[in-house]
Amino acid sequence: MVRLTHNPIDYHALTEAVRGPHYGAVALFLGTVRDLTGDQVTEFLVYEAYPPMAEKKMAEIEAEVRRRWTVGEVALVHRIGRLGVGEVSVAVAVSALHRAAAFDACRYAIDTLKELVPIWKKETAPDGVGGWVHPTSELRNAECGMRNKDTIEGDAQ
Amino acid sequence: MTLTVHLFARARDLAGSDAVSIDVPAVATVADLRLALTHRFPALGDLLARSAVAVNHDFADDLRPLSAGDEVAVIPPVSGG
Repeated sequence: MVRLTHNPIDYHALTEAVRGPHYGAVALFLGTVRDLTGDQVTEFLVYEAYPPMAEKKMAEIEAEVRRRWTVGEVALVHRIGRLGVGEVSVAVAVSALHRAAAFDACRYAIDTLKELVPIWKKETAPDGVGGWVHPTSELRNAECGMRNKDTIEGDAQ
Repeated sequence: MTLTVHLFARARDLAGSDAVSIDVPAVATVADLRLALTHRFPALGDLLARSAVAVNHDFADDLRPLSAGDEVAVIPPVSGG
């Protein structure tokens, strides 16, 4: 199951949706809005998607997860719109017979989503300064949370 | 032919619109479309060079031929998650 939503992600319901009597393991990943990136304070984020392509790519990720691992249920949900600090932007839940497949499949799904799915975030600081985040491939490869300010291509640099 | 190109995030801000009509030759590839976009929106150049192009909701390389009616989009480096 894949979905984009404007509404808060009910991760408890999502977890329940992938649980089942045949599965001994459930892995849940939540991405949440962080207040600090390096020394940069975030007031809120705005997420935007190219919806038909985003949902298609998310469905392809689910299909690839099912091809690589024996899993039960797979759920990928990404929120779009304005999110405050602490809110859940993305949730991935996977059930499987045992924990290894659940962990590995969940990790693959969120990593691939962040790499391929056409969704973007715009950061806004308390002073109103901010901009769209368009990471460079080097930073993406480093998978680092310590983005340089020059990767934020703002309206008011 | 004329194609409608969808733009997102910073690319939309730079072009000033979320969808633009771009004329390309009757026989054209994604590379031709990139050239036409750069001519029309010089400010887009640097970001466009770092962006992918999608045709009908799949990533397309520069050699991909374009047809009238294709849904085309500029995909700047993504930052979801």
